[in-house]
Order: sequence, then structure tokens, then C-alpha cells
Amino acid sequence: MTALSVTNLCKQFGGLRVTANVNLAVASGERRLIIGPNGAGKTTLFNLITGEIAPDSGSIRLFEKDVTRVSVHRRPHLGMARTYQIITLFASDTILRNVTLALLGLSRLRWSLLRDLDQQHHLVDRARVALARVGLAEIADRPLSQTSYGERRRVEIAMALAQEPKVLLLDEPFAGLSIDERRDVRQLLNAIPRAVTVVMIEHNMDVALDWAERITLLHFGEVIVEGTRAEVVANPRTREVYLGH
Amino acid sequence: MTGRLRYVAIAIALALLATLPMWVGNSYYINIASQILLFAVFALALNVLVGYAGLVSLGHAGLFAIAGYSGALMLQAGYGHLVADSAAIGITLVASAVFAALALRSTGIGFLMITLALGQIVWGVAYRWASLTNGDNGVNVSTRPAPFGLSLASAPSFYFATLVVFLLAIASMAVFVRSPFGASLRGTRDQARRMNALGYNVWLIRFLAIVFSGFWTGVSGLLFIYYNQFISPQVSALTSSAEVLLMVISGGTATLFGPVAGAAIVVIMKNVVSAYIERWNLVLGVIFVVIISFMPEGLVPGTVRLLRWAWGRLQGKPSAAGARPSERSSERPSEERVP
Repeated sequence: MTALSVTNLCKQFGGLRVTANVNLAVASGERRLIIGPNGAGKTTLFNLITGEIAPDSGSIRLFEKDVTRVSVHRRPHLGMARTYQIITLFASDTILRNVTLALLGLSRLRWSLLRDLDQQHHLVDRARVALARVGLAEIADRPLSQTSYGERRRVEIAMALAQEPKVLLLDEPFAGLSIDERRDVRQLLNAIPRAVTVVMIEHNMDVALDWAERITLLHFGEVIVEGTRAEVVANPRTREVYLGH
Repeated sequence: MTGRLRYVAIAIALALLATLPMWVGNSYYINIASQILLFAVFALALNVLVGYAGLVSLGHAGLFAIAGYSGALMLQAGYGHLVADSAAIGITLVASAVFAALALRSTGIGFLMITLALGQIVWGVAYRWASLTNGDNGVNVSTRPAPFGLSLASAPSFYFATLVVFLLAIASMAVFVRSPFGASLRGTRDQARRMNALGYNVWLIRFLAIVFSGFWTGVSGLLFIYYNQFISPQVSALTSSAEVLLMVISGGTATLFGPVAGAAIVVIMKNVVSAYIERWNLVLGVIFVVIISFMPEGLVPGTVRLLRWAWGRLQGKPSAAGARPSERSSERPSEERVP
């Protein structure tokens, strides 16, 4: 079954075509890598898929259900979660509170005025489990302001994973990480269950090449090449457009 | 402040408040205490938006006046207190919803300007629509209510009634701050975009916060007309909105006791210091400059920080960290667009 499909998607900012007739079909459980040089429209594509930007035309389907007109805040309830390239966390809260907020977002409890959030043990405990999965259990109660960049990257991923999405969109999860930290994040991604469909944006092709099953190459908002890892690497247009030789 | 110290401080404050008419004696000063409490309710209401939602409103005096005028006009038309007050709160809730629907088209400066304009519309109606509001002459409120048969005519009795409402207001704020909804609202202040992507309806959360704030604003507006037994267009003027905003900011935004301290400063300056110094506005200005210079986070959190620092020095742990305010406020993105 197709987990995520994008059909004839177009978006224009003024005279600039950032998404030009993009078609994408990601199978359930697939590991898809979207690569492309700076300004290829990768993050815009994610913003269109999550609904943060409305497309000019085209449609987006999540498990055959048309979500093109579904508002941003409904899509996580349908099983879509994302991380951000530029770390977007709650800086004045603890790591644990960050992940708890991710869980609260999908719970009806979020409208409650009369309960004490710290006493909602089923949420807080699940947040701790999610943090244990990314190796941050020991420092869960630390304020986010006292964490390293690498740890924040993992909090980003923990928040998305905590929501137990069916489709997970990762926007450059390796950006700015050291070699050791990259290895840690890689292990983390390998541990994601097969039931979850993962789409990852990466600017640097080498980092995630062996992770991906299928690769989509974007250039100036257009899909230039798509196929298996071997097909895309062997394609002369990949070398021409992306590798620059 | 450690947990136990906090409870002791709260217990002492409660005891002082509950016995205030006994040790103050003079009904002039008891009335000033009532004024502080009623403006504290107003400031607490505005703090929901300024502090926890990150939405700065300059139109809250408009909502305050809508409650006051609705109550006063209904009373003048001969309705009982219960009917007039309930209707006034209902009207204020509807007005808050309308304010919210219009102002939430934007955040940051845009929100500020729309609320300013809405407040000015209310002022215009109060001032110019004389057949409804009696214009410049204002509306008299001839009697105070007598809940459960207790007359509120005297200064101490009115003080106690105001104290009960104030305690309810601050208790509702304490519950709200700890609740999942309170955490959601603070989330929309800090990372609106992320909150949307996590499944929160940011617009609706802000809308409900404005209505919640409107409720307590309405309650304080009713306290105000019963205290003064009079309302005039001055109540809805921009200076009134600015004054309550100053209470919140000088006391400390996003804190429970900051708005209360801010209300105390402003009311005492206006009523007590003005008796001795003609240019009391100048003194108020100097006080605000001092607060902003040495405690940019506000009087209450600033004092706590300085006390902690002094306590650390006394115990021989010299640390420069407490002497300066933290960078927290500057980390917060002030304007976040939500598509």
C-alpha cells in the first residue's frame, strides 16, 4: 500500500517555482531519501506535505486519504510526524517536558484545565520511555538550555517517535553533528520499527546513502531522478546535477 | 525559593490579607487595599495573555469597560444584581470572543494594534453614544449587592468580598498554570509552529485563552463599578489599558504574584503618594525605570533572584550568575507566524 503519495504538486513563491509538478509515491514501511542541492525545494516539499504551506495545485494523500485540505494540526492525529532542520524546541522547559508536550498533542487531555500535567503519569512515563529509546533517559530532567546540540537533535527525533507516527518525515537529522553523533543517530534510525514509513531529507548524499531503499533527487523543485540506490547513483544526471561532475 | 519557604510566605500573606481591616483601621486605607485587589484581578487576567500566551493586548480596558457599563446600565434599568452581573459577564465573554476572532488574525505587533483599535472603539462608544452611555457624565451605580444577605456597604465588608474574589482568581490562575491547557498555551507562546505540527490547534488555544482572560477582566470590571459606584468613559481609555499592562510587566509577566505586586505599586502611587507629591507620575516613572534597569524580568522574579544571590553570598558561595538576569526572555521568539 502507498503510505504517502504526492500528485502533481506545485508551489510558487512570487516568480520562483519551488515545487514544480512533483510526484511521489512512498510505500508503507519504505525508507525514502530525498536529496538535492541547496535550494532544491526539499524543505518546502516537507512543509507542503505537513500542511504548513498550502500548495497552488496538486494533492497529497496519506494512506489513500486525501489530506490536501486538512489543517496542519489535524495531520499528526492521522499519523504524520516531522522533525525540523533548524532545531525547534521549547528552550525554557526540560527535555522531559518537551517530549511530554509531543505526547499531550495527540491526547484529549490537552484541553483539560483542572488537572495537573505533572501528575499525568501515563503521559510522563511514556515520555521517559521515548527518551530512553534515544539514550537520553539519564538527563531527562535537565533544562533544554543545558544540553548540547547533538542532544537536542535527539530530542527532536524523540518527540517525533513518541507520537508513534505511521509516516515520519525527518528534515536533515544529521545536520551539524559530529561523526560520533551521526553514528548514534544512525543507530537510532535503524531501530525504528518497519511499520513506520520514513522519509528523510538530506543535503549530504554520503551520510544516508546506505540507509535509503529508494532515492528521489530534487533540483529546482523538480524530480530529476528517482529509483533504487544503485539506479540513482549510476544515473548520469545525478552526477551532472548533484555531484557537480 | 524552596518549596517550604514558599508555603510559609503564602500563609503569612494570607493571614495578613485576612486580618487587614483590623490592623489598618482607617477605612481610607482599607479602600485602597480593595482597589489593589480588584486591579490585581484585572492584571492577573491580562497576564494570561501577556505572560502565558505571549500576546500583548492594549485593548483590555475596553473589555473591562464593557463589563462595567453592561452591569451599571442593567442596574440602572432596574434589574437585580444577580441578573445584571450575570448578563454583564455574558456580554463580556461574547465581546472577548469577538476581540479574539479579530485580533488573532495576527500575533506580535499586529495583535497589539488590533486590540488597541478595538479598545478605542469601546472608548468611542462610551464617550460619544450619549443616549446609551450618558457620555462624559458617566453612569451611577446606586447600590452594592448583598450576597447571602451580607451588606457590602462598609469599607471592610467590601474589602472582604473583593478578597474572596481575588483569592478565587489567583487560585484559578494557579490551577490553570499547572494544567495541560496551561502548558499548551505556553507552548504556543514559545514555539507556535511546532505546536501546530505536534497536533495542537494553536488558534483555538489562543482563542480560549482570550475568553478565559476576558472572564476575569469582566469580573474585575464589575468589582470596579461596585467599588466606585460610578463608571465613566475614562475607564475605557488607552491610558487604562497601558496602566494595567504596566502592572503586569513591572510585577513580572508569566508569574502568579507579579501582576499582584504590579497592581499594588500602581494603586499605591496613584492614591497614597499623590497625596504628598504633586508630580506622582514622575515618581511612578522613576520606579518603572529602576525596575526595568535592575530587574528586567519584573519585580517579583527579580527580587527572588536577588535574594537567592544574596543568600548564596551569605553562605560563602560567591557566584556572579544570580546578579544578572538570565537570558531566558531574549530566547523567546516574539513573533511566530502560524499559517
